[in-house]
Amino acid sequence: MSFLVDSIIMFTSQVLFFGFGWLFFMRQLFKDYEVRQYIVQVVFSITFAFSCTMFELIIFEILGALSSNSRYFHWKLNLYVILLVLIFVVPFYIGYFVVSNIRLLQRQKLLFACMVWFTFMYFFWKLGDPFPILSPKHGILSIEQLISRVGVIGVTLMALLSGFGAVNCPYTYMSYFLRNVTDSDILALERRLLQTMDMIVSKKKRIAMTRRQMYQRGEDQNKQTGLWGMIKSVTSTQTGSENLSLIQQEVDALEELSRQLFLETVELQATKERIEYSKTFQGKYFNFLGYFFSIYCVWKIFMATINIVFDRVGKTDPVTRGIEITVNYLGIQFDFFYAISSNKSSNVIVLVLAQIMGMYFVSSVLLMRMSMPLEYRSIVTEVLGELQFNFYHRWFDVIFLVSALSSILFLYLAHKQAPEKQMAL
Amino acid sequence: MASLDRVKVLVLGDSGVGKSSLVHLLCQNQVLGNPSWTVGCSVDVRVQDYKEGTPEEKTYYIELWDVGGSLGSASSIKSTRAVFYNSVNGIMLVHDLTNKKSSQNLYRWSLEALSKDSSPTRVIVSNGDYDREQFAENSVPLLLIGTKFDQIAETKRTEVLTRTAFLSEDFNAEEINLDCTNPRYLAAGTSNAVKLSRFFDKVIEKRYFTRDPSPVSFSSPVLADMNSVVTLLFF
Repeated sequence: MSFLVDSIIMFTSQVLFFGFGWLFFMRQLFKDYEVRQYIVQVVFSITFAFSCTMFELIIFEILGALSSNSRYFHWKLNLYVILLVLIFVVPFYIGYFVVSNIRLLQRQKLLFACMVWFTFMYFFWKLGDPFPILSPKHGILSIEQLISRVGVIGVTLMALLSGFGAVNCPYTYMSYFLRNVTDSDILALERRLLQTMDMIVSKKKRIAMTRRQMYQRGEDQNKQTGLWGMIKSVTSTQTGSENLSLIQQEVDALEELSRQLFLETVELQATKERIEYSKTFQGKYFNFLGYFFSIYCVWKIFMATINIVFDRVGKTDPVTRGIEITVNYLGIQFDFFYAISSNKSSNVIVLVLAQIMGMYFVSSVLLMRMSMPLEYRSIVTEVLGELQFNFYHRWFDVIFLVSALSSILFLYLAHKQAPEKQMAL
Repeated sequence: MASLDRVKVLVLGDSGVGKSSLVHLLCQNQVLGNPSWTVGCSVDVRVQDYKEGTPEEKTYYIELWDVGGSLGSASSIKSTRAVFYNSVNGIMLVHDLTNKKSSQNLYRWSLEALSKDSSPTRVIVSNGDYDREQFAENSVPLLLIGTKFDQIAETKRTEVLTRTAFLSEDFNAEEINLDCTNPRYLAAGTSNAVKLSRFFDKVIEKRYFTRDPSPVSFSSPVLADMNSVVTLLFF
C-alpha cells in the first residue's frame, strides 16, 4: 500500500518537474524562435524532470521520507531511465538534427544519424580504457560500466566549468578590473566606425558605377564587329575588371575593420554599463561579494593543489563547491548559448544543453556520495555498485585546477591585450 | 560621381531571416552563395533609376544598411547598433514566412529604429507597446518583405498570405513575398519588382523632393561635419 502512495508522490513530482522544464524551454530558451519539432522540447523536459527527481530522491533519503523499499525501486528506475536517455536518445537526436542541417546529407538522414550515434558509442566505450573503472566482477552492459563513463564525462565537464567560473566570476564582478571608459572614448570609436562605413559605401558606389558602365559598354561593344572590335573589348574590360578587383579587396579589408570596430564599441559600451552598475547599491553589494568570492575561489584552488600534491582525497565536498560556482556560471553559459544559437542550430543547442545537464546531475550524485554521512551512503553505494569514488574526487580536483589555471592565463592575456589596442587606436 | 546623392535604407529583421541574402540579391543581381552571420552592419549599394522611362529619369545610389543581431541582444549591443539608425530615409522590414515570431518581432524592430531617429519636431513616445497611430503619421517609408516563400506548402499559402496582409495594413506599407535564392521573384515586370521600384521612388522623393519642416537630421552636428568631409574626400 505504501509503495503505491510513494509511487504516486514520485510520479506527481516528476510531472511537476516536466512541466517546469517545458515552461523554461518556452520562455527562456526558445523565446525568439518558433518550435517546429516538439520532440526537442519533450526530450529536454524529460531529461530535466529525471535529473531533478534524482536530487529529490537524495533529499528523501536524508529526510527518511517514503519507505526504503520504494526508494530503492525508484532509484533504480530513475537511474535506468536517465541513462537510457543520456546514452541513447539525446545523442541520437543530436546527430539527427546536425545531419539535417547539412544540406548534402538530406536524403539519408536516418542512416547518417545512426552512423553518428555508433561513432559516439564507440568513443564513449573507448573512454573507459584509460580509467580505473573496469572491474572484472561485472559484465559488459552492467549499469556500473555505463554510469562510470557518464560519470567521468560529467565530472570533467563540471570541473572545467567550475574552474573557469571560479576565476571568471570575481573578474566580472570586481570593479578593480574595470578599465576606465569615458563617454568621449565611446563617441570617438563610434565616429571611426561610421567613417569606415562611409568609406565602404563610397567604394561600393564606385564599383557599382564601374560595373554599370562596363555593362553598358559591353552592350555597345556587342554591336561592334570585326577583329579590331574584339581586341578593343578585351583590353578595356581587362583594365576595368582589374580595377574592380583592387577596389573589392580594399572593400573587404574595410569591412573586416568595420566589424572589429563594432565589436570594440560593444565592449566599451558593456564596460561603461558595468561601471555605472557598480556605482549603484546593488553593484556595490556584488562588488563586495566579488571580493569574498575571489578569496573563496583562491582558497579552493589552493586546496585542490594540496589535495593533489599530498595525494589526499578531499574531505571538503566538491559538490557544494561545484554547484555554487556552476550555478553562478550557468547564467553566463546561457548567454553564450543565446549568442551562438540561430534558427537552424537552436534544436542542436538545446539538446546539447540537455545532455550536459543530465551528465552534470548524474555526476553530482556520484560526488555527493562522499559528502553524505555514512548511514545515507549505503543506498547510493548499493544502487551505483562498486565504483571507485575516490577516483572521481581526484579527477575533479585535477581538472578543476587545470581549468582554473588556464582560465587565469587566458583572462590575463585578454586583459593585457585590451589596453594595448586602446593605445593603437 | 558627386552628382549622385545619398539615400539610406535600413534592412531590419530577426537573425536568420535572410536579410544578407536579400541585400545581395537586390544589389548584385546574384544569389548569395555562402550566407553567414552578419556582425555589426554590412552595407551594399544599389543603383536605382528614379522615374525610369520618363524624361525626368535620374540615377541614384541607394545604400542598403543590413544591421545584424537580434532583439534579445545585450543592451551594449543595442546601443552600439543605434549608431546605424541615424538619418534613415526608408526601412525594409524583413521576416521569415515560416517563422511567425519573426513577423511579430517586426513591431519591436521598427520601434527600435524609429525611436532612435526622432527628429526634433516630432518625438515618438513609446512605452514598448505597439501603437498604430504612430505608424500612420510616420514619415519614413516602410516596405515589408517576407522570405523563404518557397518553403511554404501550397496548402498553407493562403493562411500565411492573410497573416502578412494584416501585417502590411498595420505598418501601412506594401508587402513583397519572395525567396532570396531565386532571382525570378524580382524579375523585371513582376508585381514584386514594381512594388520595389515604387518603394525606392517614394524614398527618393521623400528625401529630395518634399521640403519638410523637419530636416533630415543627424544625431550630432559633429557627425554631420564628418560626413560632409568624407563625401568631399571621396568624390
